[in-house]
Amino acid sequence: MTRSALPGFLIALGVLVAGLLLAFTVGRYPVALGDLLQVLVAKITGQAGSVPPAVESVIWQVRGPRVLAAVLVGAALAVAGTAFQGLFRNPLVSPDILGASSGAALGAVFGIFLSLGVFAIQFFAFLGGLVAVAAVYVIGSAVRSRDPILVLVLTGVVIGALLGAGVGLLKYLADPYNQLPAMTFWLLGSLAAANVSDLVPLVGPVALGTVVLIALRWRMNAMSLPEEEARALGIATGPLRVAIVAAATLTTSASVATAGIIGWVGLVVPHLARSLVGPDFARLVPASAILGGGYLLLIDTLARTMAPVEVPLGILTAVVGTPFFIWLLANVQKTWS
Amino acid sequence: MHLSRRSLLAGAGAALLAPRCGHAQAVQAPVASGRTVNDSAGRVVPVPAKVTRVFPAGPPAAILLYTLAPDLLIGWPRAHRADECVYMLPDVCMRPAVGRITGRGNTANLETVLALKPDLILDIGSVNDTYISLADRVQQQTGIPYALLDGRFDRTTDAYTALGRLIGREAAGAAHADYCNKTLATITSRIADVPRERRPRLYYARGPRGLQTGGKGSINVETAELLARNVADELPGGLANVSLEQVLLWDPDVIVTIDRDFAASVRNDPTWRPVRAVREGRVFLSPSAPFGWIDFPPSVNRMIGLWWLAKILYPEKFAEDMTALTRDFYSKFYHVTPTDAQIAQILTGAA
Repeated sequence: MTRSALPGFLIALGVLVAGLLLAFTVGRYPVALGDLLQVLVAKITGQAGSVPPAVESVIWQVRGPRVLAAVLVGAALAVAGTAFQGLFRNPLVSPDILGASSGAALGAVFGIFLSLGVFAIQFFAFLGGLVAVAAVYVIGSAVRSRDPILVLVLTGVVIGALLGAGVGLLKYLADPYNQLPAMTFWLLGSLAAANVSDLVPLVGPVALGTVVLIALRWRMNAMSLPEEEARALGIATGPLRVAIVAAATLTTSASVATAGIIGWVGLVVPHLARSLVGPDFARLVPASAILGGGYLLLIDTLARTMAPVEVPLGILTAVVGTPFFIWLLANVQKTWS
Repeated sequence: MHLSRRSLLAGAGAALLAPRCGHAQAVQAPVASGRTVNDSAGRVVPVPAKVTRVFPAGPPAAILLYTLAPDLLIGWPRAHRADECVYMLPDVCMRPAVGRITGRGNTANLETVLALKPDLILDIGSVNDTYISLADRVQQQTGIPYALLDGRFDRTTDAYTALGRLIGREAAGAAHADYCNKTLATITSRIADVPRERRPRLYYARGPRGLQTGGKGSINVETAELLARNVADELPGGLANVSLEQVLLWDPDVIVTIDRDFAASVRNDPTWRPVRAVREGRVFLSPSAPFGWIDFPPSVNRMIGLWWLAKILYPEKFAEDMTALTRDFYSKFYHVTPTDAQIAQILTGAA
């Protein structure tokens, strides 16, 4: 890749900035651009504005946290997807390949089944994701094979299916009038309920995981080489793999715990970023983060504005993502090399 | 909480494993009386000569049957915990879990149903092709009369009349039908002069964050829509997720919720403060013992909730004493008479 990555980065940043502007100004509750600016100025200068308190509340308590959550979740899923696609040398891989989403789903559904509160449900989801991937990794590593990556992926698929059965069992046993709809809504993914207190448990793991992955971006290039060649370059592939998996799982589990199951972002965005800045992970990881944030923000803005009802994110990302992915496959295959 | 949920799981597991006991007996259709009853789907259901055991197809049917003839109830769709039985006849309440054969997902096995030797299978809920064909199929497979009654709230009167005839207790059925009829007539006639645009705008909140609600005509807001304007009536029926922005835009006068976590947190939640109902302290947690007063299961348990809601929305029109109404309803329908202290406890919405 010899071409400059600058235009690509500018496009990614443009998407994010446009997404932010759009997301703050549109919504079910009408907020005029003037009011928005006035609220921002009032916040910065510390003076009381003349904007109705409801509008102020919408901007700071409802829309603001949600916009931030969308950016964080999108960035987290895109970075995790990028890391996994590199690690497994496979363009079809998404962040849930090692069971993070299925584990989180089982954790959340279990929390709903026990009628726990929001934070307990999110905690169970987060924990479920971590435990599932840890289990996959331990089992996958225990199997001796010449192709440890393949064994890991297969273990992930199998454990994911088992966890899916667990989700099915709990849905089957759930109270059909109260718990079952809650489970269904959760599994479809949504940021409708995101508020300020959700951001705290989201920011920490996402920031940590993303920083680790960005720090490892040079070495991730070596991971896309065959195992022997990487070793010959002096890269400790085993520990590096653990670090990448751990960081990606941390970000994925935290975002799934907040937003529910949102597919496609971790699959589509890395490809899009690759077509913008090329396959070098040093550029690809930060570009994916920016683009992922902008992408999910745009999707979520659509989800909360197109109807009085919230459109589940999982459905929108699939509807938008499928044709988009097919187009990508047809047009930008050459950038995967 | 942990232990009790585990026992629920165990109960459901037992229901799944139970069908062994009946395999030796040949399937024997109950002796028909020669009489028939038309159920709400227009199906002709043969009335058994003697009804001693009735299998409820789902929670609404179990409640309807319990209120009219607790002795006939074979078991419940899921087992009850002991603490759920405070306001029911203890021996009936503790009857075993038998699963459900309708609603979302079957948990009862037809062989289990047969092994329990019911004289009648009772279902109440939506009357549409799905449930009609299910009723026909189960009746044909088991040879047991399967009655499907209309579960809409304003048809409760008819449901009691039909059930009374099906189980040969016409007088008791008529008495319950009469109570429901009077309640509905009294309440709706007293607010009949309030034009629609003067009725309070109500938001029905579910889920721990209060962001699930029922759209127009959804079974979850049937009683609310009888008395108030559902702010979510632009949504199609059924449950939906909405955003807080949408709720702010609706700016409801009253919020009614069934979620304790939400009811406890909303009053101090700055994000909800701009909502009129929250600002004015008009957030109400629905009583839920032994069954929900507003929403689920969607059965006759909502009848007392109609009084509760009417008093909240139109205090000047409904001078009745809620404690007396509750005592009367519980003793007539749940066959227990709670003390005043218990009623006060029920009215707080606590478990």
